[in-house]
Amino acid sequence: MSLLEVSGLEVVLGGKACVRDLSLKVGEGELLGLIGPNGAGKSTLVKAIAQLLPYRGRIRLNGQDLARVEARERARRIAYLSQGDAVQWPIAVQDLVALGRHPYRGSWWRGAGTPGAEDRAAVDAALRAADIQHLRHRKVTELSGGERARARLARVLAVQAPLILADEPVAALDPRHQIQVMALLREHCNQGGSLILVLHDLTLASRFCDQLLLLDGGAGIALGAPAQVLTAQHLRSVYGIRAITGVHEGLDYVLPWACEPREGKSEMTQG
Amino acid sequence: MIDTAHSDGLPRRRPLPLNLLLVGLLLALSLVSLRFGSAPLSLGEVVGGLLGTGPEEHRLIVQQIRLPRVALAWLVGLALGASGAALQGLLRNPLAEPGLLGISSSAGLGAVLTLYFGISAMSLWILPAAAMTFALLATLLLYALARAGSNNLTLILAGVALSSLAGALTSLALNLAPDPGGVQDILLWLLGSISDRSFEEVWLCLPFVLIGLGLLFMAAPALDVLSLGEAEAATLGVDLGRLRRLIILGSALSVGATVAVTGTIGFVGLVVPHLLRRFVAYRPGRLLLASALGGAVLVLAADISVRLLDTPRELMLGVVTALIGAPFFLGLVLRSRRDLL
Repeated sequence: MSLLEVSGLEVVLGGKACVRDLSLKVGEGELLGLIGPNGAGKSTLVKAIAQLLPYRGRIRLNGQDLARVEARERARRIAYLSQGDAVQWPIAVQDLVALGRHPYRGSWWRGAGTPGAEDRAAVDAALRAADIQHLRHRKVTELSGGERARARLARVLAVQAPLILADEPVAALDPRHQIQVMALLREHCNQGGSLILVLHDLTLASRFCDQLLLLDGGAGIALGAPAQVLTAQHLRSVYGIRAITGVHEGLDYVLPWACEPREGKSEMTQG
Repeated sequence: MIDTAHSDGLPRRRPLPLNLLLVGLLLALSLVSLRFGSAPLSLGEVVGGLLGTGPEEHRLIVQQIRLPRVALAWLVGLALGASGAALQGLLRNPLAEPGLLGISSSAGLGAVLTLYFGISAMSLWILPAAAMTFALLATLLLYALARAGSNNLTLILAGVALSSLAGALTSLALNLAPDPGGVQDILLWLLGSISDRSFEEVWLCLPFVLIGLGLLFMAAPALDVLSLGEAEAATLGVDLGRLRRLIILGSALSVGATVAVTGTIGFVGLVVPHLLRRFVAYRPGRLLLASALGGAVLVLAADISVRLLDTPRELMLGVVTALIGAPFFLGLVLRSRRDLL
């Protein structure tokens, strides 16, 4: 049985169908990449799965209807990293990461808030996984973009949720940090975690993801192994580009190169 | 002073030393406040007055005149400090304060209307009741907005509109006031003061302040999580609607009740959280208690200085807090423009 099963998902925002009749499955230890042009519905899909938007259709986690799972329980099973990097106050990195333990807090009237050994271990493990142990006392607002991205990621890892949703976690990073963060996420999946990622970099998507879902105009165009999804025909019809492709060290790379007229595009975006 | 350098990376009850320090300061200032006035007393005479062992005159001065004043300073400061910290955390905006959401000015309008129509003299309870009613009306409006799922920006804009409207109606009352005496009453009340108050006023606002503070403190853990933004906080199990309701209602009750008996006292809710934030490792949830205590310290200190300053007439407390608070706040804005935008 898959960890996550989405079927017939439809999200309508302001009268516009942002996600249309979408179905997908994510298994344990699997990394699913969501790709597609701007406005394709990638973030909307992720937010709907995180229960941040109203939707029609069904989203099941471990066979259970996610909409019926109590919020705190859901928070322990799905962790969500939003786009952008806004942390409002200059709190310390370790305090930021510890916020990931919020779903495990007791209620306030039971003298809650005293973290247990488990919480401490989770925070330590997350700091280690994101390789930011040396930054734990630094203020979040004083970190570089790459460090902050890893700190926010560590916050998400500290939840120890079976499923992580991350909206463009590498978008603002330089190439070195992009590869570093992707390798970190890949390792998380190798350890049995499951991940859904929104990505723009097609080579990173091809190299690190088990499956890709190509979205356009809110509809799923292709779902499958990277090589099956990142075909020249899909790149042209969905992105309107031509790409240089090849294999290096046994892995596919996709290098966007030139614009192309999009065939059949007008028909696809209607709705 | 306060550092979060634990090896385990998780918060413990570390702000306690700061809070203890503030409580100590508060108690010391309270004793000082009981000493000074038109008839200065020694510390021994204050204690004698408090315990009722000294002369009847001292007992009257301490228990009937100065103690209510100290109690009101506590209540006003606690309410303004906690509400300011909570609203700044909720709206993720360091400019937020009780005045921002129009709660103070709405309460003020209610009070001014009773002064304008001359019915405030009919009973001690009429002015406070009107102020609290208007604070609650403002709250209900904001509450309805929060329920309708509007975001924090809408809430701020609604608050600005509300406080502008209340301010305009207050000005209208001043404009149309039939006699100079009425204008004088309204103006003095608007300036904000805790002098010449009795325990009747303390008992009047105490329950509302306590309930309000209770609601605010219930919101503390979720406020920490809200540092991550609303979306991530929601996925960590924070009920944003409940959080907004707790803080709006808590602020309205506590601030509305204190405005009702003291008039509008500004800038405390803005300045105190700013001053104390660094000592609680910038965590909005932990700031609540410290800010409440700090608010009480500030109001008490301002009220003491009002009595110590040799001015032809005693300065109004609201004037002093604004005189200290506004330049201070401007300095903050200039120093940390990035944070505020």
